[in-house]
Amino acid sequence: MKSVVGIVNLQESHDLVRELAATRAVEALPFAGRYRVVDFALSNMINSGINSVGLMLPDYSRAILDHIRSGKDWDLARRREGLTYLPAALPGKDARKGDLKDIYANLDFAELSDKKYVLFVNASYVYNIDFREVLDFHKKSDADITVIYKTANEDKEGQTVSIATSTNGIVNDIAQSNGVKKGSKVVMSAYLMPVPTFAYIVRTTYDRGGQDFLLDGIIRHAGEHKISAFEHKGYVARINSTAAYYKANRDCLNPEIWQELFMNKERPIFTKVKDEVPVQYKDTAEVKNSLIANGCIIRGRVENSILFRGVKVGKGAVVKDCILMQRCDVEDGARVENVICDKNVMITKNRWLKGVESFPYIVTKNARI
Amino acid sequence: MRKTECLGMILAGGQGSRLKALTKTVAKPAVPFGGKYRIIDFPLSNCVNSGINKVGVLTQYKPLELHNYLGSGSAWDLDRNGGGVFILPPYAREKGADWYRGTADAIYQNLNFVDLADPDYVLILSGDHIYTMDYSWMLESHKQNNADVTIGVFEVPWEEAPRFGIMVTDKETGRITEFQEKPKEPKSNNASMGIYIFSKPFLKKYLEEDGVNENSTHDFGNDLIPKMLNDGARLFSYAFDGYWKDVGTIESLWQANMDLLQDQPPFELNGDWKIYSSNPAMPPHYIGPDASVKKSMITEGSSIFGEVDHSVIFDGVKVGKGAKVTNSVIFPFAVIEDGAVVDHAILAQDVVIKAGAKVEGNENEITVIAEGEVIG
Repeated sequence: MKSVVGIVNLQESHDLVRELAATRAVEALPFAGRYRVVDFALSNMINSGINSVGLMLPDYSRAILDHIRSGKDWDLARRREGLTYLPAALPGKDARKGDLKDIYANLDFAELSDKKYVLFVNASYVYNIDFREVLDFHKKSDADITVIYKTANEDKEGQTVSIATSTNGIVNDIAQSNGVKKGSKVVMSAYLMPVPTFAYIVRTTYDRGGQDFLLDGIIRHAGEHKISAFEHKGYVARINSTAAYYKANRDCLNPEIWQELFMNKERPIFTKVKDEVPVQYKDTAEVKNSLIANGCIIRGRVENSILFRGVKVGKGAVVKDCILMQRCDVEDGARVENVICDKNVMITKNRWLKGVESFPYIVTKNARI
Repeated sequence: MRKTECLGMILAGGQGSRLKALTKTVAKPAVPFGGKYRIIDFPLSNCVNSGINKVGVLTQYKPLELHNYLGSGSAWDLDRNGGGVFILPPYAREKGADWYRGTADAIYQNLNFVDLADPDYVLILSGDHIYTMDYSWMLESHKQNNADVTIGVFEVPWEEAPRFGIMVTDKETGRITEFQEKPKEPKSNNASMGIYIFSKPFLKKYLEEDGVNENSTHDFGNDLIPKMLNDGARLFSYAFDGYWKDVGTIESLWQANMDLLQDQPPFELNGDWKIYSSNPAMPPHYIGPDASVKKSMITEGSSIFGEVDHSVIFDGVKVGKGAKVTNSVIFPFAVIEDGAVVDHAILAQDVVIKAGAKVEGNENEITVIAEGEVIG
């Protein structure tokens, strides 16, 4: 993988995540008790032996910068290569929307590297993959571009790009639709191609007023290139809405998915280290089907929930089907159900708060209820 | 090397033979403690939190895992320019090589390192105690007393005093007047914690004398402290009244782990005084639908499907359905299969307790299963 330079794109649309992503990029959303969504893309890169990684910063970049810093926790703080921050294009210079202008502004990062291939991935996806297999596949396929896809295991809503392939695995159709049926081949916004091909697509698309790398770059150029499709057979979740975020977190309560995503000895998921104490379960604790991160102190009942670092659950309190982010405090006798609490929320004594499963109630950062 | 005010030296070469099966493959300071830590995390974190960021770690017995664990020192923020952690194993010289012949000899053999660090004071610690302590206050007291040596002392129950090195002190000034090594009739219950601050030139002079003295056992407690007292040097005690536990035996190691499980633990791991450790990249632990967990500490990467009561569980441990773990300490990656029972036990790394098997000790005799063993 010494021949590959990675670019991690942090530009997933905020529109459907609203409250949680008001002050942070979707990729900076806390995930599964101790991670942020971006950890998967970065860990996949380093675990696959890609040592040179560019990070395309989003509009709200503080949470990302604070999280990643030098890249040391991902082993990306290196004397040679390592992590490079790729800031967004100056807003005054180019007012158009989409990620393409930012890729264009940073094109020299890929072009000036001595790498043969570029692996371009959107970091709003949760999955654990070995990109080495993708490179091998690409070399054997004789294609110009390889896209990674996942076969949908259920009907999906929302804007989705899917592909159709001929029997030899070459893409013969690629299109965006509103929702897809089970069995569709859904593009995971991850592409491998030679650097000159990447530069050509970005330049020509940009020059013609394109905005979006996938829609205007890849799809419109589909006829010009031979595109092969690599199927990722493992778990994938795209975090592009509050519902998707809630579901993906709760998917981690499935021990098989938990195992696949996080417990692969060769491919651990790295994140910023916080040196928290192991979880303390007290005499009155009652916990079922939950993920509990270090630093939590549990005296009450917790079910089907994900508790981030440093959450406290008081005596007689009940937490059911919830996601409680860092340092939330559920006081004695309080009750929360189908609720997502952003960081540092306090549910005071004996208060009750309830959402519904399809529409979890969201409490914003630092709120006191 | 940049000059430093106070250099930390951690004696981490002890075999810890009383920890039996737990130190078969690792030195005592590398023995796991408290769900995610190793014993050496405590003195190391205490140093960093006290503002001492140049620390030598003297290793000798089975050092591989300890060296591997310490790495560059980055976990403790000790990968510093011109400072940080220095691993100091014995080494060969023109006239051959020596093992460290005692605690004082270990420092004597590394006097060149001490000179290089060029400190005003040297803080000497042992790598086998669990406590949180701000050494900067002890250093302050050392300076105020204009002392040659300051020794950390801890009040033990009178009946236990005969097991310790006892400091008899002047009540007013804290100046040490007499030292009794494991006395039958103790004159005080101030036990030495094995924590010393020396003024560096003073230490160097005594070490150089002791190093060539063939009648010496080269031990701080046995040889140097009595000699210094004899010579009328200024030795002072520094009283520590927090939680302090020597975890040199299976029972004390088990008990110190159990102490963490009290509703209000006798010392707070969760406070501002952080204990740093090398963090594995593992997810929050998973508690299954039929599991029950009470009065316990559990860390990342574990999955619990059975019952865990009054126990400390390290990373990557699996407790199967219907399994029961009580009053026990389970080291990383041990597996307790479905229906197995573990009580009053310490399971070392990678131990497997097969489905339905039983490992049961009692309060007076904790059962220890050595690394990698398969039971049942």
